[in-house]
Parts: sequence; C-alpha cells; structure tokens
Amino acid sequence: MGSSELKRSKDSVSSDESARRSSFPDEVLERVLSLLKPHRDRSSVSLVCKDWYNAERWSRTHVFIGNCYSVSPEIVARRFPRIRSVTLKGKPRFSDFNLVPENWGADIHSWLVVFAAKYPFLEELRLKRMAISDESLEFLAISFPNFKALSLLSCDGFSTNGLAAIATHCKNLTELDIQENGVYDKGGSWLSCFPESFTSLEVLNFANLTSDINFDALEKLVGRCKSMRVLKLNRSVSLEQLQRLLVNAPRLAELGTGSFSQELTIREYEELESTLSNCKIMHTLSGLWDAKGIYLPTLYPACSNLTFLNLSYAALQSVELAKLLAHCPRLKRLWVLDTVEDKGLEAVGLNCPLLEELRVFPADPFDDEIVHGVTEAGFLAVSFGCPRLHYVLYFCRQMTNAAVATIVQNCPDFTHFRLCIMNPGQPDYLTNEPMDEAFGAVVKTCTKLQRLSVSGLLTDLTFEYIGRYAKNLETLSVAFAGRSDWGMQCVLGGCPKLRKLEIRDCPFGNAALLSGLEKYESMRSLWMSACNVTMNGCRLLAREMPRLNVEVMKEDGSDDTQAYKVYVYRSIAGPRRDAPPSVLTL
Amino acid sequence: METRVNYKNELNLMATELRLGLPGSDDKPSIRNNKRNSPDISEDYSSSKSSSSITMPGDDDQDSPPPAKEQVVGWPPIRSYRRNCIQNTKKNKGEGTGMYVKVSMDGAPYLRKIDLRVYKSYPQLLKALETMFKLTIGEYSEREGYNGSDYAPTYEDKDGDWMLVGDVPWEMFVCCCKRLRIMKGSEARGIV
Repeated sequence: MGSSELKRSKDSVSSDESARRSSFPDEVLERVLSLLKPHRDRSSVSLVCKDWYNAERWSRTHVFIGNCYSVSPEIVARRFPRIRSVTLKGKPRFSDFNLVPENWGADIHSWLVVFAAKYPFLEELRLKRMAISDESLEFLAISFPNFKALSLLSCDGFSTNGLAAIATHCKNLTELDIQENGVYDKGGSWLSCFPESFTSLEVLNFANLTSDINFDALEKLVGRCKSMRVLKLNRSVSLEQLQRLLVNAPRLAELGTGSFSQELTIREYEELESTLSNCKIMHTLSGLWDAKGIYLPTLYPACSNLTFLNLSYAALQSVELAKLLAHCPRLKRLWVLDTVEDKGLEAVGLNCPLLEELRVFPADPFDDEIVHGVTEAGFLAVSFGCPRLHYVLYFCRQMTNAAVATIVQNCPDFTHFRLCIMNPGQPDYLTNEPMDEAFGAVVKTCTKLQRLSVSGLLTDLTFEYIGRYAKNLETLSVAFAGRSDWGMQCVLGGCPKLRKLEIRDCPFGNAALLSGLEKYESMRSLWMSACNVTMNGCRLLAREMPRLNVEVMKEDGSDDTQAYKVYVYRSIAGPRRDAPPSVLTL
Repeated sequence: METRVNYKNELNLMATELRLGLPGSDDKPSIRNNKRNSPDISEDYSSSKSSSSITMPGDDDQDSPPPAKEQVVGWPPIRSYRRNCIQNTKKNKGEGTGMYVKVSMDGAPYLRKIDLRVYKSYPQLLKALETMFKLTIGEYSEREGYNGSDYAPTYEDKDGDWMLVGDVPWEMFVCCCKRLRIMKGSEARGIV
C-alpha cells in the first residue's frame, strides 16, 4: 500500500490528467466496493479503469459463473484472490428434460482441485446442473475446514454416501440444501453422521431424498441445532414425527413437511394443531405430500405470515385450496398442482391480493384422455384478483389469444411469463388461429419482461413481435414454433438484452443460425435441437467466431450432415477438453 | 405374373389405406424427426397427430397407434425429479390401494367386504349396505341414531371401540374405520 500511495502522490504532482484519477487510497476504494453485492454491478465497476478493476477484484468475495465452461477455474482464481463463496451453473437448461446426454460434462471436480489450492477458506458452494460424484463431495468435505454452505440444485452423480461425508467432516456447516437432484438414495443413515458435538446447522433441506431416514438421528440433530431456521423434510417423515420435530424447532422460518396423510387420532390431531400454531414466524411452507384435506386445518394458524406456499406436491382439490388460502392473506408466491382447477385459481384471485408469483404444474402431464387441469379461465381469474403478479409458470391444455391479452392488461408488470400449452402446436381453441397475438400482447404490454417461454401454434409473426417489442428480454424458450428462418432472425436482430436462447423442434436453419454471428458473443448461450441446422452451418459459425465454442451432440443413427443438437456459448477458456465422444467441438 | 400382382397388391393396400394426413405427408407422430415439415403440414400437426390413432393396422409406418405425446422426449418441460414424483404418486394411488373393510351382519352366514374409497358420503355408503344386505337402515339423526329401523350400522375404530356410523365427519370416518358391523334387533335399539 505504501509504495502505491507514493506513486500516486508523485503522479498527482506531475500532470493535470492525474488530478482526475481517484485521489483516495486503494483501501478505501476496496472497502467501499466490498459493500457492493450484485455481480452485474461489480462487473460494471471493474470496467471503469485499471484501479477500479484491481480494487474490485481484491474486494470480491462471491463469484457467480453462469456457464462453467465460459471460464476456467485457473482464470477465476487468478483474477479473484479472495473468494469465499462460489455459484456455478453447468449443463444447458434442457438437460432437466433429458435432452442432454448423460456424460455431457460439467463435472465439479476440476474446480474443487483448484479451489482447494487457491481458496482454502472457501465457505459456500452453490451448484446448479453440475455433475458431482461422492468422491468430489468427500474431497470438498475434507479440503475446506471453514466450509459452511452447500447447495445442490438439479445436479446428479452422487449418492447419500457423499452426503454422509459432508455430515462427517464439515464441522462448521450451516447449510445443507439438496434440491431436485438425481441422487442415488442408499438410505437415511447419512443423518447419523453428524457428530454429537455438531450444533451449527441452520438450513437443512433433504426433501429430494426418497428413502426412509433415521428419524432418531434427525430428531436429535434438530434438537441440538438451536439456530435452525429452514427445515425441509422428505416424504418418509410422517405427521406424528413432524409434530415431534416441531416441538423442538418452533422458530422455523421455512418448513417443508413430510407426508401429510397419516391416520391420526383426535388427540394427535390436536397436538399437531397446537404445535403448528406456535410456528408464528413461518414464512415459507412446502412438502405436504399426499396431503389429506382433513389435516390441512391444522396448518391454518401457522399461515398468517406465510409469503411462499409450495403445494406442488400436494394434489389438492379446489375447495381444499380455497379454505387454506383464506388463512394466507400475505401470500406472495404460490405453487400448485392443476388438480385445484380453475375454481381453485378463482379462490387465489379472491384471497391473495398481494400475490406476485404463481406456478401451476400439471398433475397428469402425459395423460391425454382425461381433460382436467386448468384453462384460460383460471389464469384470468388470478389476473383480475392479483394485479401485482409478475412471475407466472402455467401449464394448461387450452388457451386463447383474447384471454392472454386481458391477463397482461390486468398485470402489466410481468417480468417472467412462461406459458406452456401442453399439446405442441395447438392453436387458440376458440378461434383456431395461431397464438401469435397472445404473445404479441405480452411483449407489447409488459415492457419489463425478462424471461419468456412460448407455446402453442405460432408463426413467424410471434417472433417479429418479440424482436420488435421485447427490449428487456434476456431469456427466451421456444418449442414447436415458427415457420421459417425469418422468425429466429427477428429475435436475434431485435432483442438487445438477449442472453439465453433455447430452441427445440423449430424450422430454423443455417440462415437463422448464422444471422446471429455477432450477437452470440454478447449472449451466455444458444441451444438448438431438432431444428434444420446442418454441420456445415455449425462449422461456418465456428470458423467465423473463434471466441465461441460450438458443440454438436450426435444422435446415434442420425444423418451425419444434420446437426441434431447444437450448443453455442462464449468462452475465454477455449474449447473444452472433457467432452465425451458424442459431443463434437467444432 | 403372380409376383407382379403381389407387388401391385402391396401398393394398392397403401394407396387405399385410410389416412387423414395430407397426401404424401409422413404420418409420423414422433417429433424426433429432424426435417421440419412445411407450414401447411405443421398446421395440420395437431389434427394429424390425433388421426394417427385412426390409421389402419398393418400400416408400414407404425405398428400400433402411439400416443404421440409420450414419444416426445422432454415434453412437457417438467424436471425429471418432478416427473418421477408424479409417477410414484400414481403408483401409490393405483389399483390395490382401496380401503377394503369387512362388513358383518348379525345372523348372516358370511361376511362381505366393501371399498370405502368408492363412496363419498354416508348416504352413499348406507345405500350400498342396504342393497348388499337387502334391508333398510333408515335415516340417521344425531339424537336418536337410526331409530325407526331394526338395524344400526356400527364400526370399530382405531381404538377398538364400537361406534355408531354417522357421528364423525365422513373423511375422518374413512380414516378410522377398521370394520363394519350391522347390528340387529334389540341390541341395535340398545345403542340409542
């Protein structure tokens, strides 16, 4: 510090120009910048000048890497010497829907090896769509003595043995959050691996796991971790066991129940009700597997401060939902199954004026025969009652242009609009026209729109609208839509903030792919599968844009000239070296 | 001559086959086909998809009318985890998990079994019992039970006590009921 201060004072004496330089020492700048959290702001700050770039990199403690292949762990470690928390995302999003081959990559291990050397004081690791083995989990557990928080979302490759290693070795663990992963569940004994002396856990989420757990170990663990504020149980935990756990943890802010359907005696029912009524500070409730209507009233007293209710694993009927929602006046986020039907959604509109987010999942997505679930009527009802709605994920079997137009008039603040009409290529069921005008209305009215998923029968007109109006759009998901290259060209030519574009089963070919040449470097990634892109088109793209990685996933038995699945992303790490044989890097 | 006829027959079979897609269009419902059809055909997509279940058996293209949706990989876009949960729930709810309880009637030579899950309310259950045993049970009243009838439906609950059917809410009854017994005569009247 001393020498740089000296240098600075010399410079300020010498010229006018230097007077414009920052005249306060690096430590102050670093201190100020350390208060800056959002990673995008930090990126902007680092571009101001060399001093600011350095101050920023020295003060950064959390790094977010949206695509693990866009940069190498060595580059990250070189630029940011003081990282204590890492968020990493790996596979393309369509891997959630089985569109990416098993051994595609995104393995965390090479990152852990570098982190063990460069960030021995690493405290937090949050992974999404990464491959992580038990060996890696064990390596993690023993390499970082200060390790505090592990969050795995939509990852795979590990078993409960890996969790046992974490439980055994991480003495300072505060958070273990296992969500929606492909875990090989070998049983619940991992819970007993937390030592008797271990008391620091604040967040425990094992809702993902399917097998029975060692309840005794869990009860003791919850009993001694007095700071626990998030507890999400798996389905094997019964109502009676839940009641026993809650007696020891009344200050839970987030609760995920286990199975909500055991046969209870009157006395047990009353005990449960009484215990739950003590959970006054609870703001998030989930789980409720197999929830039986008669037990839901036990929850009513605990719902007064609820802001997030996740009923997406509880097949409730409309009346049950309506009764429950009457007790949730502060609700901001609601996830439900479409078993609640339009009537249930009417109740949402009536009872939840503060609602900001709604997700409706299909209970029977693969069953064509039975017509049930939700329709445009339910969505309309919510939009009339919930003007603050800005995030929606809606799976339905029918929709109309007129309904969507009314919905966005009622709720013009949508930032995330994900509509999935489950039958591919289905038109407006009343007029039989394409759904172009629906999404046109969305992009014209919702100027803050950041994320859009389209569905139904769509012509290129939808994409003309998107390109012309969706000026803040960052993520676009398209399936079974469009008529020609023009559609994709409109989007690539129009949306200035586009970062992620994922397309499947659309008639977009090389002309469309190549129209985005310059654009792809300002984007995180592009995914195209089952479109009309050829190997030659991909080779041309790869040749023209050396800073992009162009990867083609081959399908067995498919035509060699067609590029069946294409994944394009910008990278400063060059082509990756861990691609399996089915993935060609051009 | 014969071979030519056979060949021609084969052709004729296909030509006369009843199909509802556009002439010359591939009737493949599978969307894994790379080559996207022309706009006209993709418009007809939803109609030709449903028509694929009407194609005659013996069609060279498909052996059995496939439910097109299930052939589409990764659609609807639901995470594998949730998909597995749905399938597990369906398995648990499937056949064989009815709530069968024994029903005995005083004086009857053998017992019967009924699935409580089939009924949604007490009147439905009582009607079924009346039909099964060819008797009249009468109306329930809180004060007088099933007065006015020679029979009273009772059940054994989880604690082993014999209770009168109808006192507790239906859903609670379904959960607690272990077996049913239709009491007759003086014993029945004694309960009230």
